[in-house]
Amino acid sequence: MKQIIFVIMGTILVENFVLQKFLGVCPFLGVSKKMDSAVGMSGAVVFVMTLASAVTWAVNEYLLIPNELEFLRTISFILVVAALVQFVEIILKRFIKPLYKSLGIYLPLITTNCAVLGVALLNIQRTYGFGMSVLYGFSAGLSFTVALILFSGIRERLETADVPEAFKGLPIALISAAFLSLAFMGFQGLFAF
Amino acid sequence: MDLSLLIAVLIVGALGLVFGLILAIASKLFAVKKDPMVEEIINALPGANCGACGYSGCEAYAEAVAAGECDINLCTVGGEACSKELEAITGRTAGEGKRMVARVLCGGTLNNRKKDYDYSGIETCIDANLLYGGDNACTYGCLGMGDCMKACPFGAITMIDGVAFIMEDKCKSCEICVGVCPKNIIEMVPEDAAVTIVCSNHDKGGVAMKGCKVACIGCGKCVKECPVDAITVENFLAKIDYDKCINCGKCIKVCPTGAILRYNKKKKKIVKKSKPAEEA
Repeated sequence: MKQIIFVIMGTILVENFVLQKFLGVCPFLGVSKKMDSAVGMSGAVVFVMTLASAVTWAVNEYLLIPNELEFLRTISFILVVAALVQFVEIILKRFIKPLYKSLGIYLPLITTNCAVLGVALLNIQRTYGFGMSVLYGFSAGLSFTVALILFSGIRERLETADVPEAFKGLPIALISAAFLSLAFMGFQGLFAF
Repeated sequence: MDLSLLIAVLIVGALGLVFGLILAIASKLFAVKKDPMVEEIINALPGANCGACGYSGCEAYAEAVAAGECDINLCTVGGEACSKELEAITGRTAGEGKRMVARVLCGGTLNNRKKDYDYSGIETCIDANLLYGGDNACTYGCLGMGDCMKACPFGAITMIDGVAFIMEDKCKSCEICVGVCPKNIIEMVPEDAAVTIVCSNHDKGGVAMKGCKVACIGCGKCVKECPVDAITVENFLAKIDYDKCINCGKCIKVCPTGAILRYNKKKKKIVKKSKPAEEA
C-alpha cells in the first residue's frame, strides 16, 4: 500500500512526465486553453496510458522476449498506442460527443504523444512487473493530468492578465510553463521510490 | 537468420491484424447512426453558427430538426427562404414566424447627450462601461464605441453621431448584438413595429433630462394619447407593447422630449398591422 502511494505521488510530483521529463508537451500547450477540454484530454490520456502500459507489457513479455525481437519494441508499442487511441476515439464519439468535438485534433494526436510511448518504454527499462507497469502507467497519466489542469488554470487567468503586447498568447504561455516546471523542481528529492 | 526475419514480420503483422480486427468490431458495435437528413439540413442552413435558434450552432439545430424536436422556422438568419427549404426536406410545414429586428433604444447622439468626463481608455463599450458606467451623463445610454458594430456578423450596424444604428434590412435577428451591448439597450422588436420609444433611461424625469435632451422623462403623455393602450410607464420609462401598437404615431406628436421615433417610414403603409377597431 505504502509503495503504491509512493509510486503515485513520486510520479506526479518528483518525476512529473510533463514538467520534469518534458514528455507530452504538445498537448500540454495545445489543450490547456480551456479547463473543460483539459480535463477531458487528461481523462483520455489516463485511460490510454493505463491500458497501453498493460498491453505493451504483455506484448513485450509474451511476444517479443520469447522470440528475441526486442529490437521491434518501439514499432510494436506505437502500434498498440495507435490502436488504443482509435478505440478511445470510437468510444468518445459514441458516448461523449461534446468532449469528442472539443478535443478535436488532439485526440488522434495522443498517438504521437511521446508520454504514452515513454511510459511504455520506461516500464521495460525499469523491469517492472505487470501490476507495477499498470500502476506506473496510471500514475503517469495522473501526472499529465495534474500538469495540464494546473497549467490550464494559469492560462485562463493569463487571458485577463495585463500582459505586454509582445508576450501575448503563446510566448507568455511558454514562460509560465517554464516557471511551473521550475516550481516542480522543488519536489526533487522529496522521496525516492 | 531468414527465419528470425520471417518471425519478426509475422508477429508485427499478426499484432496489426488483431488490433485491426478489434477496431473493426468496435466501430461496428459503437457506430454513430447519422441521419442523412441532418447533412441535407446543414447544407440548407446559412451556417452562421450564431445560435439565434437557441441551439449551439447550425449542426445542433439540424440534428434537432431531423429528430423532430423543434419547429423548422427557428433559423432567423435564413428567414423564410430557409424554412421553405427545410419544409421540402423534412416534409413538415413551418409556422408563420414574424421577422424580428434588433433596435437600439437610445437616441442620445453627440449633440443630445452630455459627457461626465473625457474617456481616453480602450475604445470598447465594455471597457468604457467599467469606468463609472462610461463617459455619458446618462448611465443608460449608448456608449458609441461600437462593440455591437464589431460583433455583428452581417455588417448591419453603423455608428451615427455616436449612437449605434441598425440597418434593419441587413439585420438577420441573430441577437448577437443584444448580448454584446454592456448597457442592454438593444432590443428585438417585430420588423413591422414602426413606432419605438428610443430611450432606456430609468431615471426620474429631471435627472434624465440633465444627461440627455431626448430622454424619456416618464411624463405619461403618450400613455394618455395612445388610442389602444399600448404604452405603459414603468420606473419613469415608457414602454410600447408591440402586439397592441397600431403604428398610428400619435404618441410621437405629444412627446415633449422627442423620445419616440418612427422607423421604417417607407414600409409604413405596406406592413400595417391588423386594422385598429376604430381610431377613437
